[in-house]
Amino acid sequence: MDDFGEGKVVRFACKSIFWRLRKRDGARLEENRSSDLSVLQKILLQANLTKNFMKTIYILWLRQLKRYTRSKQRMFASLAQPILFLLAFGFGFGSVFAKAGEGNYMQFLASGIICMAIMFTAVFSGIEIIWDKQFGFLKETLVAPVSRFNIMLGRTLGGATVAVIQGIIVLLITLLVGFRPMWSGFFLAFIFMFLLSLFFTAFGTMLASKLDDMQSFPLIINFLVMPLFFLSGALFPLTGLPGVFTTIVRFNPLSYAVDGIRGALTGTTSFGFGLDALVLTAVTLICLWIGAEFFKRIQA
Amino acid sequence: MNIIDVKNLTKKFGDLVAVDDISFSVKEGEIFAFLGPNGAGKSTSIKMLTTLLDLTHGTVRLNNFDVVHQPNETRKSFGIVFQDPSIDTELTAYENMEFHAVLYGQQKSLYKPRIEELLKLVDLWDRRDSLTKDFSGGMKRRLEIARGLLHHPRVLFLDEPTLGLDPQTRNHIWTYIQNLNKKEGLTVFFTTHYMEEADKNADRVAVIDNGKIIATGTPAELKINTKTATLEDAFLALTGKEIREESAGAGNSKLHGRLWGR
Repeated sequence: MDDFGEGKVVRFACKSIFWRLRKRDGARLEENRSSDLSVLQKILLQANLTKNFMKTIYILWLRQLKRYTRSKQRMFASLAQPILFLLAFGFGFGSVFAKAGEGNYMQFLASGIICMAIMFTAVFSGIEIIWDKQFGFLKETLVAPVSRFNIMLGRTLGGATVAVIQGIIVLLITLLVGFRPMWSGFFLAFIFMFLLSLFFTAFGTMLASKLDDMQSFPLIINFLVMPLFFLSGALFPLTGLPGVFTTIVRFNPLSYAVDGIRGALTGTTSFGFGLDALVLTAVTLICLWIGAEFFKRIQA
Repeated sequence: MNIIDVKNLTKKFGDLVAVDDISFSVKEGEIFAFLGPNGAGKSTSIKMLTTLLDLTHGTVRLNNFDVVHQPNETRKSFGIVFQDPSIDTELTAYENMEFHAVLYGQQKSLYKPRIEELLKLVDLWDRRDSLTKDFSGGMKRRLEIARGLLHHPRVLFLDEPTLGLDPQTRNHIWTYIQNLNKKEGLTVFFTTHYMEEADKNADRVAVIDNGKIIATGTPAELKINTKTATLEDAFLALTGKEIREESAGAGNSKLHGRLWGR
């Protein structure tokens, strides 16, 4: 973590200055040396700021990861629900699904369950800010000489990384119960998983910045997260739904993540990768922005 | 030289005036006690002095930086131990320190020996790799003090640093703080409800009640002015004997509700 990108920046700076020096003739080189030096100083200062920025992001990210790996109960608890859904729905509806001529239900369901695991973990990570408020740690980060945006970004990246790891664990579990993905689409699926994680972590942060205590937490899960999950096409195909539902599904960001990941892993999408990526990127950026704005206004 | 300069500082929460036009200053190298009954405005003032809360009105300069316009420079100038614990209990003592050092932009080569020095100072070096959730209240406090000193602050804020600690630990903590004050010229700004603690340690005292500063001076001056024998009696003479409606806890959570709710 000591040579965090600084080496690269400095090397680039030196190269560009060398290039400028070479372009000049010998006579002009002498008088311009001082201005080149100040350019170098400026670049070094910038490199130092960038390095500090990266380091603070890194330490905040690392904290989220450490908290995750140390809390085994949390890791298992957040895996239990997706696994339950996977087994209950997968084996329960498998035969009905096949009889309806839709093919292998596990092939369909696995991507939805991966999304579910990611979504829940990510929202929890974002909402952890309430925890930090109650246990006082938030104040420690708020008196640090670091911009609020920086803090929010570091936390969010950490939370998103944790969510992606949970998603990958669930993907491995789905393999055990008979899911057969196309491995060629794995990289694309990974990108969608990361976008989805980032979106819901930022979403959780946004909510948590406005909330006071853990009491409001079940409300969020029951009235926001569960409906988003059920109306996303994670559990059932979106064809043939009543009109109202089709509209809701269309406005649900999770639908695009489910579609993107399912498309990448099984080869069938209903919206197309382009639209999936576009919608997810857009809502992620919006949420990050609103989340940062809300987070900036937190006062202790 | 004044290291803290507060002029006409005011904080309103809706109709409630928590801090009402207070002005005071703290000299460099001083140990300054900020005393007052529960709900008098101590914590609110500290939050404004440490960039955690917006000011409604007035100016605060700390180490010659304006807290509103130069928040990051101000933040580098002070260390703080909050009234409530503020360490991450899922991290070890060392990790808590390292997290702080990195957030304050310190280089690894500099912070490694500094962390060792400070953890030894507060007798926690042997427990550096233990998770802090296993620490006792006194150990957590000591860790927070060490952390507050990590980035070489000019001012150390201590909001009721010895609350709920046994006499041994309190004595221990005050010995560190006195040493640091003498050796490094560290300015200390603290609040407490233990009047004998203020009497023993503070060079100067300010008494705040109902959001206003009602007396400042050395503990001896306050005793003379109120014709009392102890600082506790002086305090009671100044602020009256009736019990305040808001207990510290209730006052805080009400305040929080108001703040977070917006």
